[in-house]
Amino acid sequence: MELTVTDLAVGRGGVPVLAGVSFALGAGQARVLRGPNGSGKTTLLRTVAGLQPPMAGVLKGAEDRVAYAAHTDGLKAALSVAENLRFWGAVFGQRDIDPALQAFDLVALADRRAASLSAGQKRRLGLARMVVTRRPVWVLDEPTVSLDAASVQLFADAVRAHLNAGGSALIATHINLGLDAEVLDVTPFRAAADTMAHADEAFL
Amino acid sequence: MRALFVRDLTLALRAGGGFGLGLAFFLIVVVLVPFSVGPAPDLLARSAPGVLWLGALLACLLSLDRLLAVDFEDGALDLLATSPLPLEGVVAVKAAAHWVTTGLPLVLAAPVLGVLLNLAPEGYGVLVVSLALGTPALSMIGAFGAALTVGIKRGGLLMSLLVLPLYVPTLIFGAEAARRAAQGLDATTPLLFVAGITAGVLALMPFAAGAVLRVNLR
Repeated sequence: MELTVTDLAVGRGGVPVLAGVSFALGAGQARVLRGPNGSGKTTLLRTVAGLQPPMAGVLKGAEDRVAYAAHTDGLKAALSVAENLRFWGAVFGQRDIDPALQAFDLVALADRRAASLSAGQKRRLGLARMVVTRRPVWVLDEPTVSLDAASVQLFADAVRAHLNAGGSALIATHINLGLDAEVLDVTPFRAAADTMAHADEAFL
Repeated sequence: MRALFVRDLTLALRAGGGFGLGLAFFLIVVVLVPFSVGPAPDLLARSAPGVLWLGALLACLLSLDRLLAVDFEDGALDLLATSPLPLEGVVAVKAAAHWVTTGLPLVLAAPVLGVLLNLAPEGYGVLVVSLALGTPALSMIGAFGAALTVGIKRGGLLMSLLVLPLYVPTLIFGAEAARRAAQGLDATTPLLFVAGITAGVLALMPFAAGAVLRVNLR
């Protein structure tokens, strides 16, 4: 089952940000979102993740299949790395956290409290959560923030493994991950949202 | 669901989790009342059920503004919203964890503090029962208030104002039951009212809180 987005309009606080977004994301495919700051990438990703309803258009194949990672990692400082992962595993009905620890080179840190991790290590833990969920569609918002080159490589490998296993990924990022992914520039859809707002004003 | 419950309990019990804050507040209020009222044993005995109930209610309120705000700030609430757990369940579980870490210690401490207030011997049993029946409603209503104010920085004041009126019925009937028992009267009716209010709150509030949370996460 693929994720299909047809003529989607998304908004923030009732103001349309992007309109007319259409794409399809099948098994094993990745798509990279590009666009300047404030162009609506996060809003689009939150809509795809189901955190807010679309203003118009159809979103299919996202229900209960999306694992979402935003700027914040949802980690608890008082819990250890393994406890944090095990909790998210339990929430998503999974028990095995070892592959995730290995994929993001966290095995040696498993018993450290999340409070004592560096920013990059926290980010790696946040991304390891994606592996733990075993959800087929990864929706990632700027996943490489505060990662060094080696960690970015780990992350790219994890995404590649996920795609090879039949998953798909929608990633908003500004750096080249070396993935075989189509690029979706959101700038033209932004223009469409502007004209939509003007049309509304003209109508009123 | 169980994982979330266990996690919330663990977080509350570990350093900086705020476990014991409500209990300490309750202790301070009740210990200070005899000092401020003065040496009047019969006056203390008469006001003891009300003071104990009021202290428990305010202690419950104290830790509520962090109930959902912490998870909102570190992004965990967004992630829970995209997880298989329904938001209604998330709120209900968090309220349950709040009750175990805040409400339950208050229930257990109340008879000890009753001694300090010269509570009549007949009142202890019903006091504990009324608190045990009433405090779950306080936690659940509080979770609803926390869900209403989750996106607001420093939303504690607004939450208190929203939640306090909803606390009034539980306070009236809970304190009434304890007062009646302390005077040697039959406390069945107010106890049943407290139980009824709690049952209604536990049945309906998770849905209200879940709906409100969904709007606030947009």
